Amino acid sequence: MSSDAIAIGSARETGQSWLETLHEWVTTVDHKRLGILYIVYALFFLAVAGSEAMIMRIQLMYPHNGFVSPQVFNRMFTMHGTTMVFFVGIPFLFGFANYIVPLMIGARDMAFPRLNAFSFWLTAFGGFVLYFSFLGGSGLYGAGSAPDVGWWAYAPLTSRAFSPGHSTDYWTIGLLVSGFGSIGTAINIIATILCMRCPGMKLGRMPLLVWMNLVMSGMVLIAITPLSAAQIMLCVDRYLGGHFFDTQAGGSATLWMHFFWIFGHPEVYILIIPAFAFMSEIVPVFSRKPIFGYPVMVGATVCIGFLSLSVWAHHMFTIGMSSYSNAFFTLTTLAVGIPTGIKIFNWLGTMWGGKIQFKTPMLFCIAFLFQFLIAGLTGIMLGSAAFNWQLSGSYFVVAHFHYTLVGGLVFAIFGAFYFWYPKITGKMLSERVGKLHFWLFFVGFHLTFDLMHIPGLLGMPRRIYTYEPGRGWDLWNLLVSIGAFIQAIATLVFVANLIFSYFKGAKAGNDPWDAWTLEWSVSSPPPAYNFASIPKVSSRRPLWDLKHPEDQDSRYE
Amino acid sequence: MSAITSPFPQGSAGWKLPYRGKVGMACLIVAESAIFTIFVVAYLFYAGKSLSGPTPREVLEIPIFFTICLLSSSVTIHFAAKFLERGKRGGFLSLWFLTIILGALFMYGTAREWYRLIYEHGLTISSNLFGTTYYSLVGLHAFHVTAGLLMLTIVLLFALAGRVGSEQSARVEVLSMYWHFVDAVWVVVFTVVYVLGR
Amino acid sequence: MHRTDREKKKGQPSMRQRDTMEWGLVASRVIGILVLLAGICLAAGLCNASSGSENQGPNIFDPRSPNAKSIYQLSSFVLVITGLIFVVVFGLLVYVVVKFRDRTRDAWREPAQVYGSTQIELAWTVIPILIVVVLFLTTARVIHGIQDAPKPPQALSVTVIGHQFWWEFRYPELGVVTANELHLPVGKPAYLKLLSADTDHSFWIPQLAGKTDLIPNRVNEMWMEPEQTGTFLGQCAQYCGTQHAKMLLRVAVESPEDFDAWVRTQKATSIPDEKESAGKHVFESTSCVNCHAVGGTNGTGRFGPDLTHLMSRKTIAAGAARNTHENLRLWIESPDAIKPGSLMPAMKLSDADLDALVRYLETLQ
Repeated sequence: MSSDAIAIGSARETGQSWLETLHEWVTTVDHKRLGILYIVYALFFLAVAGSEAMIMRIQLMYPHNGFVSPQVFNRMFTMHGTTMVFFVGIPFLFGFANYIVPLMIGARDMAFPRLNAFSFWLTAFGGFVLYFSFLGGSGLYGAGSAPDVGWWAYAPLTSRAFSPGHSTDYWTIGLLVSGFGSIGTAINIIATILCMRCPGMKLGRMPLLVWMNLVMSGMVLIAITPLSAAQIMLCVDRYLGGHFFDTQAGGSATLWMHFFWIFGHPEVYILIIPAFAFMSEIVPVFSRKPIFGYPVMVGATVCIGFLSLSVWAHHMFTIGMSSYSNAFFTLTTLAVGIPTGIKIFNWLGTMWGGKIQFKTPMLFCIAFLFQFLIAGLTGIMLGSAAFNWQLSGSYFVVAHFHYTLVGGLVFAIFGAFYFWYPKITGKMLSERVGKLHFWLFFVGFHLTFDLMHIPGLLGMPRRIYTYEPGRGWDLWNLLVSIGAFIQAIATLVFVANLIFSYFKGAKAGNDPWDAWTLEWSVSSPPPAYNFASIPKVSSRRPLWDLKHPEDQDSRYE
Repeated sequence: MSAITSPFPQGSAGWKLPYRGKVGMACLIVAESAIFTIFVVAYLFYAGKSLSGPTPREVLEIPIFFTICLLSSSVTIHFAAKFLERGKRGGFLSLWFLTIILGALFMYGTAREWYRLIYEHGLTISSNLFGTTYYSLVGLHAFHVTAGLLMLTIVLLFALAGRVGSEQSARVEVLSMYWHFVDAVWVVVFTVVYVLGR
Repeated sequence: MHRTDREKKKGQPSMRQRDTMEWGLVASRVIGILVLLAGICLAAGLCNASSGSENQGPNIFDPRSPNAKSIYQLSSFVLVITGLIFVVVFGLLVYVVVKFRDRTRDAWREPAQVYGSTQIELAWTVIPILIVVVLFLTTARVIHGIQDAPKPPQALSVTVIGHQFWWEFRYPELGVVTANELHLPVGKPAYLKLLSADTDHSFWIPQLAGKTDLIPNRVNEMWMEPEQTGTFLGQCAQYCGTQHAKMLLRVAVESPEDFDAWVRTQKATSIPDEKESAGKHVFESTSCVNCHAVGGTNGTGRFGPDLTHLMSRKTIAAGAARNTHENLRLWIESPDAIKPGSLMPAMKLSDADLDALVRYLETLQ
C-alpha cells in the first residue's frame, strides 16, 4: 500500500488521534523516527543556546554595559557552550547518523533498536537535567542557579568551596547521563555498520558517511568515557568528601584539565568528522563526480581518529608544562592538521573537472571549504605553543573554535538539512529561501567571526562580562554583535523554510538530486521497513551502476 | 505506487558478518576500559602523595583467596557457556551457579576488607588521597561485579525455568565476555593497588 | 583512472534544474570576500602601528620585552606561512568554482568520472608534512629559548599570588608587599613566581610576555624584561569566578631611579596622622582587619590586599575603579556597585564612621 506509512501527519490519513500519534513517537524504536527526534531536539536547543549567545553579545556591545549582571553572563557562556556541544552538536550528528546509516548500508534498522531509543531518551533527559538548574539550582543560601563554571568546569572552581549550591551538580549529572546515551548510540552505530551491511557491501564499498560515522563512534567510546570518569570523580569530591581535585589536600587542579581535555579534544573531532561525512556525500553529487581518493579519505579519517588522542594538552600550553611537553604537543597538534588538510584537497579534487551545480546544499559546502581552511590555519597558529602563549584564553581562540564549529560544522549541518530533507519528509525545501538563508548567514557569520579575531590579538580575554573602554576593543565588539543578530535572523529564515516547505514544498520523489547511494533508491520518506528486499551491491555507488549500466563503477574498483 | 520489486540484484549467498551481540559487547568493553584507565591513572598519579592519614603499606592486605575466587569464576563461566553450546543444560546450570557463588564470595571479601579498613584503620574515602582513589577504583570495579552478578542471576532464573537452551548460547556467550572483562579489570586493579601502589 | 564523457541514457528523467550561476554573482561573491579580507588586514595593520606612544593598549603585535619579541617574530613567520597556504588553497577554490561550474544548456553529459591520482595525493601529503616540520622546529626553538632561559643573578624576583579577584605582589628580596599594580625597573629582567590562593588565574600583559597560569598547589615561573618605560595593561586570562572580568593588571615600568624611589616609599612605615585617629580606630575595631593588613596597626589579614600604601596606587578593586575619594567611599560602602560578586563585603558602617575611615585610608601613602 502507501509507502508513506511513517510520514509525519499520517494520523490524518489513518484516523489516529493525536494522543496515539504522540504515543507512537514516544515509544518508537525505528531508527528513522529516532533520527527525527534527535534532530528536532537539537533544533530546539539550537534556539535556546543561540538565545544565550545573543544575550552575551548584547551585553558585550558596549564596554561597561549593564544588560545583564556578571552572574547571569557567566551562566550564559557556561550554558551556551555546554548546550551547543552536548545538546545541539551531538544530537544533530547522531540524528543524521541514525536516519541515514542504515539506509546507506541496506539495512532495515540499527543493530539494537531498543538501545537506540534508550540512548536517545537518556540524552534528552540529560538536557532536561541541565536546564532544570535554572529552576532548581538555587541550593544553599540561594547560591547559584544555572552552572557558571564554564563548559570545561575547571577545578577547583567546581569544588564545594567555590561553587556552593547545586548548579555545578546539574552540569555534572546532566552531562554524565547524556554521556551514557552517547556511548549507547556509538555502540549501536558500530554494531550496525559492522554487522548489518547488505550483501556485497564490503568495508571498502561503504559510503564515506558510513566510514566516518564508524570512526566517530569509535572515538566516542574512548573519548566521552574519560569525561564520565572525571565527572564521577567530581561527584565523589563534592558529595563524598573525596580529594581528587582538592588542592587543599594535595589534589591537583591540572589532573582535571588533563582528564577533561583528553575528552575535550577528541570531542571536537567527534563533532567535525560527521561534518566531513556530509561534505563527502554532498560535494560529489553536485560536482557530478565520485569522491576523489576514497581510500585516502578513509585512511585520513582513521588517522585523525588516532592522532586526535595525542594532542589534548595544546589546551594547556599556559599551565607551566615543561618545554619538552610543550614541544611534543606542538608537534602532534601540527601533525593532526595534515590528514585534515588533505581532505580539503580531496574535496577540491572532486570538484575539479566536474560540473558544479550551485544548489543550496552545495553553497553551504563551498562555504565550508573556505571557512574550514581559515579555521585550520588559525588552528596552526594556536598549535604553536609559543604563539599560543599570547593567543590562548583570548577572543582569538573563541573566534577560532567558532570558525570550526559554526563555519564548519553548522554550515555542513545546514547543507545536510537541505540535502536529506527531501528524503526524510518527501518535500523539497525552497531553493529561493534556502539561498536567502545561506547569504544572510554567510554575511552574519563572517561579520561576527572574522572580526572577532581582532580583539583577541589586542589582548581581550574570554569569559568576561564586560571590558574596559579605550583598549581598542569597542568597535569590534559592536560589529561582532551586529553579525550575531544577522545570523539569528538567518536561522529564523531557515526554520521558516523547514516548516513552510513541509506543508507547501514540491514533492521530492525518490531521488531529487540524481545521487548514487542506497537511500535514494527508496521512496521519500522511506517505508517503515526501508527496503522491500535487501539489495546486493557491487560498487561504492550502486545507483550509478543502475543508471549507467554500460559504465559501472564496479568495473573500475 | 512504490515498486515492491527491488531494482537491485539479490542474493546473500556467502555473506557472513560478525554477530552484533559480540560486537556490541566488545564496544562496551572498550568504553568501560577507558573509564577504568582514567581511575587507574588517578590512582597512580596520587600514589604516595597523600598529605596525611593511613598509607597503603600500613593498611592493605593482599586478598589472595578472593582474587582466586574471582579468577576461577572466569574458568567456570567459560565452561558453562561451552556446555550450553552443546546443549548440556545440566552442566551449564551447575557451572553457572558456581560462577555466581564465586563472584558473590569475591564481593563478600571486598565488603569484609572495607569494613576492616573503615572501622579498624579509619580509612574512608575522605581521609586522604589514598582513601579517595582506593575506594573509587575498587568501588567502581565492585559496582561492575555487582551488575554482572545481577545479570548472571537473571539468566540463572531463566535457566531454572527451563528457558535457556543452546539457541540462547550466543547471548550467554556475550554475557560471559562481560564477565571475563570484569575479571581482567581486577587483574589490573590488583596489580596497581596491591602490588605497585604499596 | 579515467572515463570519457558519455551521453546520458535516453529515457531517464532529468529531475534537476540546470541552475548555473551568473558571472555577476560569482564575481560579486569573490569581490565581497576579498573586500572583507582587505578590511581585516587593514584593521590588523592599524593595530600594529606602534607610534611609540607609551600607553598603546595591549596588543600582541607590539612587543616591548625580548620574550614577547621572540614570540612576535615566531608569530610573523607563522602568519606568513599560513597566509601563503591560504592564498594557494583559496585561489584553487575560487578557480575550481568558477572554471568547473555547470554551464551546459542542452545535451547534458556527466563529466569524466575520476577516482583519484596517487601522484597528486602524494604531493599534497608530502608538502604539508614538510611545512609541519619547519613550523615545529621554529616553534620548539622559541619555546626552549623562553622557558629554559637561565635566570640571571641580577634578576628582580617577584612573587605573584592570584586571588579571587585581585593580584598580590611580593618582592621578597626588597621586603615590599603591594597589590594589583606591579612596578618594574626598565631594562632589568624580572622573574615572577606564580602562585594561587584559590582558583586558577592567568597573568597576561600582552606587550611584555605570553601568559602563564596561576594554579593552586603549583608553582609556575615566568620572566620579562621590559625595554621601555610606561604603563602596560593586561588582565586575568583564566576564568576564576564571578569577577574574573575585573581582575585587571597594570605594570608600571620605571627608570631605575624612579623604581628605587617607589621601593623606598613602599618600605617606609606610614607615619600615623593624629588627625585621623578616629578613622584608624574604625579600621582596627571592625572586621576590616580580618582581611587587610596595614603596617603600624593590628591589621594583619591576608585575604584582601595590603593597604599600607593604598594611596600609592592609581586604581582600587584590581583596576575596577580609579583611586579617588568617591570611589574609595563607594567601594567600602557598597562593593557591588563597583564590582558585583567580588568577595569584599559591604561594611555597613555609619556615614560618620565611613567618612572617618576613608580620610584615614587616604593618609596611607
